[in-house]
Amino acid sequence: MDGAFPVAAHLGQVLASEPVGARYHRLLIDAPALSAAVVPGQFCHLLCPGLYLRRPMSVWRAGPGQPLGFLFRIAGPGTAALAGLRAGDVLDAMGPVGRPFSLDPSWQRILVLARGVGLATLSLLALRAAASGIAVTAILSARDPADLMQAEFTGGAAMDLRTVFDSDGSSAVPAVEALLAQDIARARPDAVFTCGSDRLLRLLQTIAARENIPGEAAIEQRMGCALGLCFSCVRRIATADGPRDLRVCREGPVFDLQGVEAW
Amino acid sequence: MVDLATRIGRLALASPVMPASGTFGAELAEVFDLNRLGALVTKSVTPEPRRGNPTPRVAETGQGLLNSIGIPGKGLAAWLAYDLPVWRRFSAPLIVSLSAPTATAFAEAARALTVPGVAAIEANISCPNLEEDGRAFAADPGPAAAAIAAMVAATHLPIWAKLSPNTGDVAAVARACEAAGAEALVVANTILGLAIDLDTLAPALGAGMGGYSGPGFKPIALRLVWQCAQAVRLPIIGCGGITTGADAVEFLAAGATAVQVGTATFVQPEAMLRVTEGIADFCSKRGYARVADLTGIALPNYPRLAAE
Repeated sequence: MDGAFPVAAHLGQVLASEPVGARYHRLLIDAPALSAAVVPGQFCHLLCPGLYLRRPMSVWRAGPGQPLGFLFRIAGPGTAALAGLRAGDVLDAMGPVGRPFSLDPSWQRILVLARGVGLATLSLLALRAAASGIAVTAILSARDPADLMQAEFTGGAAMDLRTVFDSDGSSAVPAVEALLAQDIARARPDAVFTCGSDRLLRLLQTIAARENIPGEAAIEQRMGCALGLCFSCVRRIATADGPRDLRVCREGPVFDLQGVEAW
Repeated sequence: MVDLATRIGRLALASPVMPASGTFGAELAEVFDLNRLGALVTKSVTPEPRRGNPTPRVAETGQGLLNSIGIPGKGLAAWLAYDLPVWRRFSAPLIVSLSAPTATAFAEAARALTVPGVAAIEANISCPNLEEDGRAFAADPGPAAAAIAAMVAATHLPIWAKLSPNTGDVAAVARACEAAGAEALVVANTILGLAIDLDTLAPALGAGMGGYSGPGFKPIALRLVWQCAQAVRLPIIGCGGITTGADAVEFLAAGATAVQVGTATFVQPEAMLRVTEGIADFCSKRGYARVADLTGIALPNYPRLAAE
């Protein structure tokens, strides 16, 4: 990486392109400089074959000497085109961009609350925490056990895992609230993180405020440039100076948990 | 070595390639050295703070981008206090895009922008004119000329008029801006368009209609440049769908003296550098010593009588 110009479009060869369950897909890319530079919570802006605009994609796997990984739900033409890439193809990934999660090495434990594809965004944070000796409590929510990407989330790292599902009612907000209260009472986290569900975001805001625990949320918005130039991707965020329309690509995608207004 | 230097009225530029307003910010300095650009062009500054339009503000459609951002910003006073010092760190000339709701407001803002560090004002007269029931200044020669004349009277800075494709007679608007004292024309802003989201069967943009830009718009913008170049003697800055050096050469041949690159930066953040290199390659392969030699070659009345 050139220190003066930290953001670039990297051309990386696709090492693996595989479906995960019925609705998800993973890509592993050989892009050493980009992979080494990514900090959890940051994202890349990907050129999708056959489409004009890039699509923002949170990073699932990264690190020095490791392939760059993306794990996503096939939701539209952009993600379908990315899932159509095959080993040996070249992906143009611009990055790293965005404000990352905070991870204080003095913390003893973090709690992550993830729903659906929000697992991908929070997985890298959980892995980095675990690798630096910070305990991780992870509550993972999915439609049903087949839709849960537990192995993809933990990457083999030891974590205190709780799984909840729509299929058995355990993912209902009151049930998750009880689970969170129990977990926080048993092993209080120094910080909480969430991604993937508006309902769970609001629940975590309430509990974290009550318990006085700091937290962050990663959020999504349709993007143009991903470089802070076009002001397409704004979201209303409560700041010390009052509510502001902040750019998800620049001031985000990670925001203070209590600052994100429900949408 | 091809000479890339060019001149827009009183302003000497080291390169004919600059960003299009609204697609550029100092943040791009994280990708490349912005002093390699011919000029820096800001997002439109407005006299008062504006929140901008509801999201979604962009949609991909055809070979291009539909946008309706709504010129969000902190207003002129805060721009002078907080943004101008950031821009002063760069050496390329700073062109401030200005949008205002009335001719008088344009003039007052132009006066306030007459400060060290601002090289010229690009008048975004494609915005709604509150005195004409919200119709864009640039839709008709009269209101366009009134806004330009008010600014010219208020500042010694060069005024560049950014024309709109959303008009019946772009040549008439171009002539009116020339007569009102504009020093250059920027041709053109985005063309109004619409996209429907097939999931919701509602407009894809929060604001409904939007401005279409990108490669699909290029032939229209090129035609506008060609028409304006035959109507006025002012230097023209071509803008619309330019992605490659070849695209830029088309605009220069159609009568442009410089070009702006906008949406292409969203696809390739170094697009402006690629366009610059592409122009230089074309010139050296085809034996043009100076990029300025390309201007207007394709015009029926070439050699064009350029402005002094």
